[in-house]
Amino acid sequence: MSETPAPSAAGVLAEAAEEKVEEKALGFWIYLMTDAVIFALLFATYIVLSFGTAGGPTGKDLFSLPHTFGETMLLLFSSATFGMATVSMLAGARGRVLVWLAVTVVLGLGFVAMEIQEFSGMIAQDAGPDRSGFLTAFFTLVGTHGLHVSVGLICILVMIGQVMTKGLTGPVTSRLFRLGLFWHFLDIVWIGIFSVVYLPGVLA
Amino acid sequence: MTNATPTETRDTRTYLTGFVLALILTAIPFALVYFELVSRGVAIAAIAILALIQVVVHLRFFLHIDFKRTPKENLLAMAFAGFLIIVMVGGSLLIMFDLHYRMMVM
Repeated sequence: MSETPAPSAAGVLAEAAEEKVEEKALGFWIYLMTDAVIFALLFATYIVLSFGTAGGPTGKDLFSLPHTFGETMLLLFSSATFGMATVSMLAGARGRVLVWLAVTVVLGLGFVAMEIQEFSGMIAQDAGPDRSGFLTAFFTLVGTHGLHVSVGLICILVMIGQVMTKGLTGPVTSRLFRLGLFWHFLDIVWIGIFSVVYLPGVLA
Repeated sequence: MTNATPTETRDTRTYLTGFVLALILTAIPFALVYFELVSRGVAIAAIAILALIQVVVHLRFFLHIDFKRTPKENLLAMAFAGFLIIVMVGGSLLIMFDLHYRMMVM
């Protein structure tokens, strides 16, 4: 057994750390799946309640397709820029990671701003969540997604701080990787929102 | 780092491919609805099919789901979530629309 090198303390630690990262990745993945179930049920609730407009405004009256398209583009571009941050992270290019994350934050803020503008506009014309079952379900579904995006933005800002102060260390890259999964996941939920809420709403 | 490594180029290409596919798959349903190109039934079917394709594109190119390389546990968790979603969403919709149908004034 003299050919195999004796396990060094550093090697054992590195192996344990590797295992921890994989465990965290799986744990985070399971969280994302539970979040997917929550969104799926909010979608089901919306589909059932979308016919209950109680004589109030319908999706056709309220939704603006160009506005939704703008939100979709912001989110899709931000998904791509986060992808570029991940690529830069794997290459160890700290400066580029920061630039791409900053661009992602700007695009994400644009999305949240457009959503707030849409919500406040609807509430101003007496189409708030208390108007009808349809609007309650709409604000719950789209609002939950918007809340997720806002939390994601805070997390990206925290990670920008960590990359700046700690650099691209093992724990930082593993956190950034999981945050990327979260961000891309939110873009998938948005595909569901424009395909179930906005496009059929305008058609009806 | 000024010179891109081969892995970096490949990863960049993966994200860009996914991004372009997602752009196309988003533009088609919006155009169908905005320019009123097809009837309502066809539009709904097209939106549903294109959305499902786009979800697969995102999973493949952005979340890097790969049946060979993704750990089995992750795929299992995803399959279980998919099963739960089909049972709960499908079941809820079936029950609510059946109820709606039976409560209609004949």
